[in-house]
Amino acid sequence: MKTNRPVNMDLTTIRLPITAIASILHRISGIVLFVGTAFLIWALGLSLSSAQGFEQVSQLISSVFWFKFIIWGTLAALGYHLVAGVRHLLMDLGLGETKESGALGSQISLVVGVLLAILAGVWLW
Amino acid sequence: MVRSVTSFGRSGLSDWLLQRFSAIVLALYTLFIVGVLLFTPDMSYEQWSGLFAQEWVKIFTLLTVLSIVIHAWIGLWTVGTDYLPKVWLRLLYQSAVLLVLFVYLIATVRALWGF
Repeated sequence: MKTNRPVNMDLTTIRLPITAIASILHRISGIVLFVGTAFLIWALGLSLSSAQGFEQVSQLISSVFWFKFIIWGTLAALGYHLVAGVRHLLMDLGLGETKESGALGSQISLVVGVLLAILAGVWLW
Repeated sequence: MVRSVTSFGRSGLSDWLLQRFSAIVLALYTLFIVGVLLFTPDMSYEQWSGLFAQEWVKIFTLLTVLSIVIHAWIGLWTVGTDYLPKVWLRLLYQSAVLLVLFVYLIATVRALWGF
């Protein structure tokens, strides 16, 4: 490898194309889900343990802001990750792989992801 | 050929396929739980525990958490190999991921069969 090749380390001058934005968000939402799963499994265990435990989880989700926000964040990440995942399966079938249709697929995923995040918010609040 | 010893299936094709199988399980379980919660807005403890008392719901839930273990292992392995070039750091990271996933599995088994 040539050591004198041009290197641009100024990230602010690099603009990600929409397909790259869709891709990095798929990755970030996956990491959010990995963390959010801890809260979901913990809540499942508590909600099943007893009627009081169930009541505690209901209270946490309905009236404790930080917990509600974590659940919303996890649901929003799940919504986008699911949509982007379905897009991956479609691309495995050869759909949406060209430059134009790839950009369109990214746009659709992002729009649906935002819509699902809003719906999850409406559902919780 | 250098073989990856820390990926889930030890081969890219195997990981590719497992990522998709596990994704389909996770999608189906998401639709199932969200559907149940949407159609039962005022869920009581009796309804909720009655749902999870059914054997098929326990098995479906366990299958889902197993899918999470596989899916997150493959996904986070990919992330680690991209951003953590130092081998010792990557092994540490991957051990931590595996430990967390193992705890998820145990916690789910206890939640499902412990009530």
